[in-house]
Amino acid sequence: MDLFDILLNASFWAAAVRIASPLIFATLGELICERAGVLNLGIEGIMVAGAFAGWMTVYLGFGLWTGVLVAMLVGMAFGFLHAVLTVPFGLSQHVVGLGVTLLATATAYFAYRLSLPEVTSPPKIEPFQPLEIPLLAKLPLIGPAFFAQTALTYLAFALILAVWLLLYRTPLGLAIRAAGENPASVEAQGLSVTAIRMGAVIAGSGLMAVGGAFLTMSAFSSFFFEMVNGRGWICIALVVFGAWRPGKAALGALLFAAFDALQVRLQQTPMGAVVPYQLFLMVPYVLSILALILMSRRAEVPAALMMPFNKGER
Amino acid sequence: MTDRERDGAEVVLRLSGITKRFGALLANDAIGFDLRKGEVIALLGENGAGKTTLMNILFGHYTADEGTVEVFGQPLPPGHPRAALAAGVGMVHQHFTLADNLSVLDNVLLGTRPLFSASLGKAAARTRVNRLAQDFGLAVHPDARVGSLSVGERQRVEILKALYRDARILILDEPTAVLTPQETTALFATLKKAVALGLSIIFISHKLGEVMEISSRVLVLRHGKLVGEVETARTDRHRLAEMMVGAEIAAPKVADRAPGPALLTLKAVDTARRGNAPGLKGVDLDLRAGQIIGLAGVSGNGQSALAALIGGLESPVAGRMELDGGQNADWSPRAAIAAGIARIPEDRHRSGTVADFSLAENAILESYARQPMSRRGWMDWRAADMFARRIIDTYDVRCPGPSARIRLLSGGNMQKLILGRVLEAGPRIILANQPVRGLDIGAVTFVHNRLIAARDAGAAILLISEDLDEVTALSDVIHVIYEGQLSPGFARGTKTPAELGLWMAGQGFGGAHHAA
Repeated sequence: MDLFDILLNASFWAAAVRIASPLIFATLGELICERAGVLNLGIEGIMVAGAFAGWMTVYLGFGLWTGVLVAMLVGMAFGFLHAVLTVPFGLSQHVVGLGVTLLATATAYFAYRLSLPEVTSPPKIEPFQPLEIPLLAKLPLIGPAFFAQTALTYLAFALILAVWLLLYRTPLGLAIRAAGENPASVEAQGLSVTAIRMGAVIAGSGLMAVGGAFLTMSAFSSFFFEMVNGRGWICIALVVFGAWRPGKAALGALLFAAFDALQVRLQQTPMGAVVPYQLFLMVPYVLSILALILMSRRAEVPAALMMPFNKGER
Repeated sequence: MTDRERDGAEVVLRLSGITKRFGALLANDAIGFDLRKGEVIALLGENGAGKTTLMNILFGHYTADEGTVEVFGQPLPPGHPRAALAAGVGMVHQHFTLADNLSVLDNVLLGTRPLFSASLGKAAARTRVNRLAQDFGLAVHPDARVGSLSVGERQRVEILKALYRDARILILDEPTAVLTPQETTALFATLKKAVALGLSIIFISHKLGEVMEISSRVLVLRHGKLVGEVETARTDRHRLAEMMVGAEIAAPKVADRAPGPALLTLKAVDTARRGNAPGLKGVDLDLRAGQIIGLAGVSGNGQSALAALIGGLESPVAGRMELDGGQNADWSPRAAIAAGIARIPEDRHRSGTVADFSLAENAILESYARQPMSRRGWMDWRAADMFARRIIDTYDVRCPGPSARIRLLSGGNMQKLILGRVLEAGPRIILANQPVRGLDIGAVTFVHNRLIAARDAGAAILLISEDLDEVTALSDVIHVIYEGQLSPGFARGTKTPAELGLWMAGQGFGGAHHAA
């Protein structure tokens, strides 16, 4: 009965959409990278860097949107590093990605300690406020869930459509997908594989950083260590779950977020008093793994994912 | 086209002094020639003669160390496929540059519009592709996924890509290597239409018959040098072959010989499908001592399934497989080696050798666990070394020595080492899967003669090849494989290449062979 009550509660759905938002940003970012043929394991660290950069910008007195922009630029800078090492230099994408994650995370923590050496509890900023869409926000259940969120959440959902349009309806998107399927086809049609792949990695990394910034600027209002907490890795799985398609991947993000919102609420039921809370924490991950197994058996991996391309090599 | 006509026609392409080095290898040595409007030039040469390198320079995949390319009188900036495309040069690559997961239309459209334009313009493009397909006889559905197309259809997509971009000069790199004789005829019909419409064509090949048929002029490359240029009408296959190799070549001679007992028999064998590759379906086959069985067919029709089965990598899911009349309980590569089956694998780099192992280590890959290569679990490297030296001497493997890493060897020398490994083991059955792919004529002759000698010594040989000429030249009995089914065996000389071509395209199959 408890489960039923939770699912009929508007706050549950609102929480699911809120939790999904940063995942959608970062998942779309990773998806663009992988569609171009580059696995970006820098995602976790880039989210940390984005979370810090956005928050710090606002803390220093700049506007919220300036914060989002700065976060994105910082993400793009780390994306550039990843792109240079993996695309023209053709280094191992796994190693570079993990390196970028370590570097970005450590840089963010270091900058935090440098700028706020004396602080024990991190200062709060004034975050994005919910924007109620007139009329729609009054709808039962979906009203509060979808139409009383912050601007960043609306942006996340708009980006699903934008990325889909980009990939499937524009020449650039076609080139990105072809670079991930067979870079030789891109080269033979007179385009630069290097430019397309680097561009995709840099743009995708910018989105990842905005996903991180969502955490500090729209969810928690401050920056603390370990706050990204594996969300980047979840996004890597969500891309697979979504079979490298933006809509399905975003749906996966929503599903995962719903499980997460659900487990918090289950902890507060009578069952939560008996069952150790760690088991509840596991719920979204276990259910995601099950969903991954069910959904992605026949997924078509971009054929050239993780394959470096060197022009003029025999 | 006569000399006078040609001299009158506009020069559309001029290469001069093209030189390209890959490390110590001089791939192209000061090559220059003209291509005129409406002309088909054949670029003839053995593998490694530098044909593909030259065309890759022309198309901008590589940058030449020296030399210039002029298209319609304008110099072409080096190293930019985009510039070549814009100048009207289209290239049909030997290894297709298509994205399998995208549609035909997407592949054609890729790169044709400015990247940051808002729309793909698919509707107009579809109409245009359909019209081009009709004009040039290139039937292919624009919305089909490229991965679902046959090799012949993919090639049509490659040609469409070039035509869609208004190519005036078409380069085709070994276009017929993957086609059935019938598909080749259709391709030639398309090329003739293109020439009639004023396009010029460079046709790369090492198949003399095709060169004679399609070209008006032949350029011969050898070791990176342009060694000859001749009007097609004034030469013949024999002279072209001599120019290509630089010496007279003798065709392998196979004396008739009565076959011995069946060493390996397949009865109605089925194997599982592997991805896109068909499994075997109801295959009956006898491998007899002292006989070469040739397997003809377009690649991807179950050749790998049959090779995997005989090599021990796969087991039948239905039917019987008998060695010397008895059935084997567990079939594995080890069991296959123990049964005296030696394998020349299809891809010598991937499954024939370990690139960073020495020649000696590679030579004993199949025998390392037995005496004399190892004793009581310890390797005897001296024995391995001696064995490798014996192969190097007997099979003329050109190399620094047994301790050199095998990746340093050329394809031909690598294949000779594999051949030595196979033959020195005294095999009863030899699985020769594409034994001469990518080798030059000298090495080809060597491998063929050794295989014939092994047959005369009583080995049963299964020769799998995509080159119909090779199969017909060597085989005592030919089977055609098509979508996992095997045709009846045709004795030497009983079927013409055209008849075999029809079988390769699937005619005659469809239950008929079970009755046969």
